[in-house]
Amino acid sequence: MTAVRCIDLCKTYRQGDQDIKALDHLSIDIEKGEFVCLMSPSGGGKTTLLNAIGGLDIPDSGEVWIADERIDQMSKGQLADLRLANIGFVFQAYNLIPVLSAQENVEFVMQVQGVPAAKRRDKSYAILEEVGLKGLETRRPAEMSGGQQQRVAVARAIVSRPELVLADEPTANLDSKTSAELMKLFTELNEHHNTTFIIATHDQRVQAYAKRLVRMLDGRIVGDAEQHAA
Amino acid sequence: MNIVLRLAWRNLWRHSRRTWLTIGAMVFSNVLLVFMISLQFGMYGLMIDNTLKVFSGHMQVQAPGYKDDQKMRQVVPDVQPLAAHLRSELASDTIAARGWAFGLASSAERSYGIGIYGVEPDFEPQVSNIPGLIEEGRYLDDTNATEIVIGTMLARNLRIGIGDELTLLGSGVDGSFAAAVVNVVGIFGSGVKEIDRNIAQMPLGAFQDIFYMNGAGHQVVLLAPDLGQADILQARVETALSDDSDLVVHGWDELQPGLKQAIQADMSSAFFMYGILVILVAFSVLNTQLMSVLERTHEFGIVMSLGLKPGRLGRLVMLETAMMGFIGMILGALAGALFTTWFTVNGFTYPGMEEMVANFNLPGRVYPRATLVSSFAGPLVVFLFTLAAAVYPALRLHRLHPVEAMRTT
Ligand SMILES: Nc1ncnc2c1ncn2[C@@H]1O[C@H](COP(=O)(O)OP(=O)(O)OP(=O)(O)O)[C@@H](O)[C@H]1O
Ligand SMILES: [Mg+2]
Repeated sequence: MTAVRCIDLCKTYRQGDQDIKALDHLSIDIEKGEFVCLMSPSGGGKTTLLNAIGGLDIPDSGEVWIADERIDQMSKGQLADLRLANIGFVFQAYNLIPVLSAQENVEFVMQVQGVPAAKRRDKSYAILEEVGLKGLETRRPAEMSGGQQQRVAVARAIVSRPELVLADEPTANLDSKTSAELMKLFTELNEHHNTTFIIATHDQRVQAYAKRLVRMLDGRIVGDAEQHAA
Repeated sequence: MNIVLRLAWRNLWRHSRRTWLTIGAMVFSNVLLVFMISLQFGMYGLMIDNTLKVFSGHMQVQAPGYKDDQKMRQVVPDVQPLAAHLRSELASDTIAARGWAFGLASSAERSYGIGIYGVEPDFEPQVSNIPGLIEEGRYLDDTNATEIVIGTMLARNLRIGIGDELTLLGSGVDGSFAAAVVNVVGIFGSGVKEIDRNIAQMPLGAFQDIFYMNGAGHQVVLLAPDLGQADILQARVETALSDDSDLVVHGWDELQPGLKQAIQADMSSAFFMYGILVILVAFSVLNTQLMSVLERTHEFGIVMSLGLKPGRLGRLVMLETAMMGFIGMILGALAGALFTTWFTVNGFTYPGMEEMVANFNLPGRVYPRATLVSSFAGPLVVFLFTLAAAVYPALRLHRLHPVEAMRTT
């Protein structure tokens, strides 16, 4: 089953008097349960592609399909529902809600989804322990290191077991030990729950975990290879 | 606690000084509103009480048409038995029968046209404050005595005093010529020129004899325990009147239309001012919430990426505003009520007020009335306008684009 299908995506940004093709007739198919690494030099279009797949940004042309739904023509509200129900995001910069504690940040999405309070609590505590933040549940983002914040963001993205996780530089602020743990967690989720992962990264350590490596340059795919994970 | 409530509450105290300043503006205007409205209603209460307790009462039973034409022959037949019936039926003694006639009052030296009330000496003091304003002599006591009490200015104009005789000329109920000589037994001073110059009272029995009333009168005056109960009393009076009588009951607002108009005119100018005050507060809230929404653009981008719809974010902003407005409302109403209560006990006056209120026969010190309504009406309106002011910042969130929002820091 196809989890993500992009057909002939184009996205052009104007910078000054110059047109920048962030996505240039890009097509890609990703099957359910794949563990994909997107790689490119900076500015290659990784974030733009993830945003298009997640329905955060609408491409200028082309089609985006999630499972068997075409999303590039959906309304904002439909896209929000889609994200809430099916997609977990981890962003390039850790993006937590500053007035909420780690545990409350993790609970937030479940709250919006309407998960009952007791269940939310159990799940959020469990997932924080899984990402190695046991004991830090009540800390606010400002009271945590960059790596800890990023782990909270990851916990928030995966806590409700989404079908698809889009991660943009998830390990950018983590030390090797923590990033290895995080990748193990991703791998486990991928293997046990058949969650599809698309991870944009420069990080060699992350690439080692990927089962499929997609290389991008100037908005195009320049390499696409299966590999045996480490 | 619900996480959205928690989020709203914490967001509120992110910039606690700014929040307090906005709440401060609400509290200030609420205190002002509570005080002004209480003062206003205290003033109206005084105006109404003092005016109505001179002659009109809270309501009157009259013959149909009498209120507008005031013809001698538009009578209430058997007016004293009717008053007595109402007194026992309604278990109240603030009910009195009256007759009214126009006549020429002459002393040895001069003559003036005056209004003559025939009153029940036993009951008139219950419905009017004129009997309590006797400055010289005494008030009437015998319903058949040919006595009269007159105002201070009339006494001066006629150059007569206690014990002097006064000749009354007028026409009786049937149009026949009426004349009598009566004894001046008392002189009252109300402080209101028109009353002290033009009004006299005499016992109803004697009045009926002189003007050939044949037991009739022109009005039964009723006073409710307070103005708030006047409507209920009026309904009871209407049922107490026998079905076959064609008498009508007029409320104070019909009897004193000028008073009601004065109050309404004063109210509309006052409420115009309050409106401006409320709008100023609303703008300060608009400013605060707009700022607080703008500076959270990045954060809103995140939660939208997570799948939160702009509508829910809008509700979050509304909730924050509602919390802030609620604090402002409660603090403002409490502070306003406390502040007003102080003046309720001690009275309120300002230079020049005495001259101003003298027109309405009022004392120079007003006691504002802090009621539940006067304490919460203003703050509630401020609260509603506060909410209304947050609608625009909340709606702006619909234009937010998650990716662009996340790019702003
Ligand atoms: N909002 C924008 N306005 C203008 N140009 C943009 C915008 N977003 C992206 N771009 C441009 O589009 C191109 C692709 O950007 P994108 O963020 O997708 O790259 P990336 O591969 O994620 O880079 P990085 O590794 O640095 O995160 C870049 O040249 C970038 O400058
Ligand atoms: Mg990027």
